[in-house]
Amino acid sequence: MKKFDVQNVKDTRSGFGAGLSELGKTHANVVALCADLTGSLKMDAFQKDHPERFFQVGIAEANMIGVAAGLTIGGWIPFTGTFANFSTGRVYDQIRQSVAYSGKNVKICASHAGITLGEDGATHQILEDIGLMKMLPGMVVINPCDYNQTKAATIAIADYNGPVYLRFGRPAVPNFTAPDQVFEIGKALMLNEGKDVTIFATGHLVWKAIEAGHALAEMGIDAEIINIHTIKPLDEEAVLKSVAKTRCVVTAEEHQMNGGLGDSIAQLLARKMPTPLEMVAVNDSFGESGTPDDLMKKYGLESVNIVEAVQAVLKRK
Amino acid sequence: MKQLNAQEISSISSQIRRDILRMVHGCKSGHPGGSLGCADFLATLYFNTMKHHTEFSMDGKGEDVFFLSNGHISPVFYSTLARAGYFPVEELKTFRKLNTRLQGHPTTHEHLPGVRVASGSLGQGISVACGAALAKKLNNDPHTVYALMGDGEIEEGQNWEAFMFAAHQKIDNLIVTIDYNGQQIDGSTKEVMGLGDDIAEKLKAFGWEILHMNGHDTQNIIDTLNTAKQMCGKGKPIFIVMKTEMGYPVDFMMGSHKWHGVAPNDAELANALSQLPETIGDY
Repeated sequence: MKKFDVQNVKDTRSGFGAGLSELGKTHANVVALCADLTGSLKMDAFQKDHPERFFQVGIAEANMIGVAAGLTIGGWIPFTGTFANFSTGRVYDQIRQSVAYSGKNVKICASHAGITLGEDGATHQILEDIGLMKMLPGMVVINPCDYNQTKAATIAIADYNGPVYLRFGRPAVPNFTAPDQVFEIGKALMLNEGKDVTIFATGHLVWKAIEAGHALAEMGIDAEIINIHTIKPLDEEAVLKSVAKTRCVVTAEEHQMNGGLGDSIAQLLARKMPTPLEMVAVNDSFGESGTPDDLMKKYGLESVNIVEAVQAVLKRK
Repeated sequence: MKQLNAQEISSISSQIRRDILRMVHGCKSGHPGGSLGCADFLATLYFNTMKHHTEFSMDGKGEDVFFLSNGHISPVFYSTLARAGYFPVEELKTFRKLNTRLQGHPTTHEHLPGVRVASGSLGQGISVACGAALAKKLNNDPHTVYALMGDGEIEEGQNWEAFMFAAHQKIDNLIVTIDYNGQQIDGSTKEVMGLGDDIAEKLKAFGWEILHMNGHDTQNIIDTLNTAKQMCGKGKPIFIVMKTEMGYPVDFMMGSHKWHGVAPNDAELANALSQLPETIGDY
């Protein structure tokens, strides 16, 4: 099992803030909008450096999405920022009609996704956002795994013409991907080559998958680990190539089982390469208040859960 | 494009009304009531008020742009665009039919020239217009953004977010008109959801400049829109309360909400067309 150097422990939302700040310098046509969560989204640097290109919209997310759609009509590239819950579920119809159906070049940037939002509880912990967004025709859905990758993804989506949902989180997590990486939308990243099972993970669960890979190696199980940072469009070629070799799959994500990464991979495999598959995800349940670590344990999103899922799927191989 | 006078615009709007009735009759669906009521307004915007290019560009840089928030009155929008030269008038006969660019509600998806955002799900257009107006400011483009909304539509909460935002951001290159016909699908606005004694006072309290106009008097529309343009650039968005009659001027369609979303049958179409002179030729 390959070793990964953890450079530091940082929140992915700060990676977004850093990427946005860099875009402010490199892309004169990038504008940013925020619904009263500038500090939480780490948009302060952009706001300070480019006040003429930053719009505080107040606690009015529906309007924020519409205003962003309108800004594209004058040639601007708007990045909207609020929590994932208010970025998707609250404004689904606004995104559907004014952004996705209208083909507008809006970047919907969503922090505090999943249960690791923590103590605020289930009202704020959306676990359905990937599903909501991936169902919209033409919407790109990205969930990077650490600070460096979130920064790189933020920069990359500015040069992609079309609507994008960029999902990241609140807690500090191991930052292990390359600081100078170039983010390629829709390109799965091979983290560890193996032959016994493929673990497809996204977002915060990528590091948990690496931890699981080490534990599995000690048990003599050779796991292939692939970071699916882009859930849509899914890198079908990479998925099928890996599964053709390992012939069993575990998916891992901080999201509902319904509608998430596992759902996308299961659908692909059912159509093209039926394969035993287990999912590590939240199983048709809302979250609750607690520390991020306690919640990840209670809802079965730890590396130990990935190990158990691998053991289960190997028996079905 | 030549700027037409009030009489010439009335002549065009008579033809637009014929188009509306024939379009909804042709597909046996659509929304004739509000479309007929707004024909004079749309004709005035496109044939007098707006500086616009019929060679369509999505960005709308260097020209005035218009957003239809109450997308269900698409027949009046499509007819006006076609009559203004955005696309061939013959295409009006494809309205709501399979593979048409003239979808039931306006969309950019089929690349119909003149449409810059999808609308139909109500309450979203004013936000989009605010964004487009901000884009004009960022681009140092001195042109104006116009938007039309329905009065029933104002029941959607997003409008009030946009009203607050526009005033706060001092979006003073935005002129929003509300089609104040007092009707919506289920009945009068008074019955369905009272809009209050004076909608203008609500907008004024939100920090907007207010104007009133008669939506069936083309000279009054020209004059009011000119006044609105002169009020631009002074720190406040502008809201025009446009009094109209749903179904105007077809006698059996006026005075109720019943023709909001119903197509006329053959006899009703003939009756309605007999009340509207064919001025520049049916499609």
